[in-house]
Amino acid sequence: MSDLTPGLPLAAALAPLSSVTLFHYLVVSAVLFALGLIGFLTRRNLIIMFLCTELMFQAAGIALIAFGRYHMNQSGDVFVIFVLTIAAAEAALALALVVLLFRRRETLDASSWAEMKG
Amino acid sequence: MALIPGLPLAASVVCGLTLALKVKNKAPAFLTLLMLLGAFLLTFLGFRQWGAEGQGAAIVHVLDWVHVNWGFPPSEHLLKFDFSFYMDGLSWLWMLFVTGLASAICLYASEYMSHDVGKGYGRFFAAFALFVFSMACLVMGDNLALLYLGWEGVGLCSYMLIGYFYKKPAAVAAAKKAFIVNRIGDLGLALGIFLIYVTYGTIEYAPLFEMVSKGVDGSGQAMAGTWQSWAIPCLLMVGAFGKSAQFPLYVWLPDAMEGPTPVSALIHAATMVTAGVYLIARMYPLFLADQHHVALNVVAWTGGITALLAATIGMAQFDIKRIMAYSTVSQLGYMFAGLGVLTSTGAAFHVFTHAFFKATLFLSCGAVMHGFAGQLDLRKLSGLWSQPGWRIVTVAMFVGCLNLAGVPFTAGYFSKDMILAEAFTTPGYQALGWLLLATAGLTAYYTFRVFFRVFVGPAHYEPGDELHGHDDDHGHDDAHGHAAAHTSGGDKHSHADAHRHGHGHSGFHPHPPGWAINTVLAVLAVASIVAAGAYFVNKEHHGWVGSMLHASTAAYDAGHYAGHDAGGAAGEAVAHGGFLGYDAHKVMYYVSGVVGAVGILVAFVLHYLGRREAATSKADALLPALGPVARWAQHKWYVDEFYDFVIRTPLKVLAHVFAALDKLLVDGLVDAAGAVPRMLARGLRPSQNGVLQSYATGMAGGLAVILIVVWLMTSLK
Repeated sequence: MSDLTPGLPLAAALAPLSSVTLFHYLVVSAVLFALGLIGFLTRRNLIIMFLCTELMFQAAGIALIAFGRYHMNQSGDVFVIFVLTIAAAEAALALALVVLLFRRRETLDASSWAEMKG
Repeated sequence: MALIPGLPLAASVVCGLTLALKVKNKAPAFLTLLMLLGAFLLTFLGFRQWGAEGQGAAIVHVLDWVHVNWGFPPSEHLLKFDFSFYMDGLSWLWMLFVTGLASAICLYASEYMSHDVGKGYGRFFAAFALFVFSMACLVMGDNLALLYLGWEGVGLCSYMLIGYFYKKPAAVAAAKKAFIVNRIGDLGLALGIFLIYVTYGTIEYAPLFEMVSKGVDGSGQAMAGTWQSWAIPCLLMVGAFGKSAQFPLYVWLPDAMEGPTPVSALIHAATMVTAGVYLIARMYPLFLADQHHVALNVVAWTGGITALLAATIGMAQFDIKRIMAYSTVSQLGYMFAGLGVLTSTGAAFHVFTHAFFKATLFLSCGAVMHGFAGQLDLRKLSGLWSQPGWRIVTVAMFVGCLNLAGVPFTAGYFSKDMILAEAFTTPGYQALGWLLLATAGLTAYYTFRVFFRVFVGPAHYEPGDELHGHDDDHGHDDAHGHAAAHTSGGDKHSHADAHRHGHGHSGFHPHPPGWAINTVLAVLAVASIVAAGAYFVNKEHHGWVGSMLHASTAAYDAGHYAGHDAGGAAGEAVAHGGFLGYDAHKVMYYVSGVVGAVGILVAFVLHYLGRREAATSKADALLPALGPVARWAQHKWYVDEFYDFVIRTPLKVLAHVFAALDKLLVDGLVDAAGAVPRMLARGLRPSQNGVLQSYATGMAGGLAVILIVVWLMTSLK
């Protein structure tokens, strides 16, 4: 993917980033997402699982910012700001839910909530 | 004109309202009475006007009902009938006695039902008024659909009123029986109407009778000799047999006596059961259009057989109301025989006179039943004449009995003779004539058996016990104690109960009828005597009823049918049939009078002369001589048991078979349909294991698959 950089008219503007290319950002994003996914799949603690989803959120955010910067288009930034705002609200809700669930069962183990299984 | 059925309908609705408002007085009765009197008055005025305007058939349009076009071109098929009335002599005749008797019996019922005030009172009069409305629709309708509406309406009201004492299992069973047996007949009527529509393309009387008089069907083809020409009357006849309780569908009528007596008098004696006679009289042109008179032959013989059968059963019964019921069946048999031997005049005249004297008889029996706590057993009542307050009832009963027995110069005598004479003069119906003559003798006997047992002779009574219906097996003392013991019971319809509140625990007192019952009995007794006068008016048409019928569709034009004479003026001109070589029309006056007198004399000797107590009479001594026949007659020739065995048992077996089929086949199919998704689900269910991580793995896996597919597609390009 590094071959995307040269030959573009805005290459000069990207010069300070030449050592850190879009590719690097995307790698960070992918790693973060993979960490979040693995964490979500392997852990049973509701709070940890919730944190993992946040990790995946941030991975997506980094990817968006990076592409926005790459295309010199503010849409990506705006999008991420919105995502962050909503993520904050959602975090409040999700933590509240976790608290409620904890009060019901006195445990944070997600497997204790399996009443709907077929 | 629309008010004639409208007023009873309004009364019915208002009575329903009084029920909803929990009215605790006799308002429903007097309201209904007012409305019915109004209807009667309107009928009378309308009748007078009709007479003044030349007695033509008038069609009175009230409102549009059904106008349907279909097919191509759009007017190819047309179904059109309106809520309108066809007023000719037949309709007026029926409406006059229906509304008149309904008014009188309504007044009677206001007292008879008084122990139900605030309970079933409104319900009773709502159904009563609805019945009059339905009967008016039946009689006045100018098309078969309106007739059918009324037909089913009266059947419904009959059902509701037979089952009025709905806490009494016998009444409920009787109501169901009446309804179900009537369904069989109604099926015939419905099919007949369908066939008329298919054949003639209309069910309105005016165009229908015009086509019939021309002998063509709806498309202009000649009707003579077609299968429809006999099938239509036969189907209509089945309907008439059901409603008018003819053999083999008569079984519901005697059981219908479980209803309150005013209902028995109005619906099951005077009016509704004559609807079958009305139907045949109204459709007389269709019956006559069949060259071979297939249906009329069946009608005549069925009538004769029913008359004799019911009379023999009536002779052996002990329940006076039931005896009256069988006599009604028997007299209806006479009417059908009259229709069958082409004297629609005789049949209608008998309907007319029978309506009055049978209502009188029933209401007298009802007064007895009312006064003696439901006692109807003629072995437990005697000598009412010599008990205080029963004179009017006895006289009314006597007048009714004279009429029913056909004593000379009573109304019943003239109307019955007309049918008898016609039977003897009609070629091929001699045997029917003898059958009917024998029945006349039996009728006189069983009628006066009741009179001599219950109303004269030594005074004696045992109260009935409404709680248990008819308890036949209690001795005298036992019955007294019995009535007292059960007064604390919860039956709301108990006369004994109502009585107790008035008199404390002082034993049973019969309570003679009050002013309402006595007035009605007196009026009806007078009316049934006066009805004989109708015979002497308008002699050229065989009396007033004949002149009414002459101006209707039931008119029988003698000129068209050679070999038979119904026109009175030509009575002596054509000699045929005859009675033992004499002219039946003349000699029948004497013969039937003698036969009736013999019947009465036998009853007098057996049931009055030397009778010292209520329970037995000389007739009992004769029973061994009759062998099992008397027992058979008492058990109604086991017809009910026969039906039970031949129809009900197989149907029950069939029902069980169907229930099993339903369980195995239908339920099996439904269960199988339900099992398929369950099987599929068994394969899919593990995916819903409730472990959050496995769902997430599914999502991640799915994402991975999509990514791989996208990558593959882009790289393959």
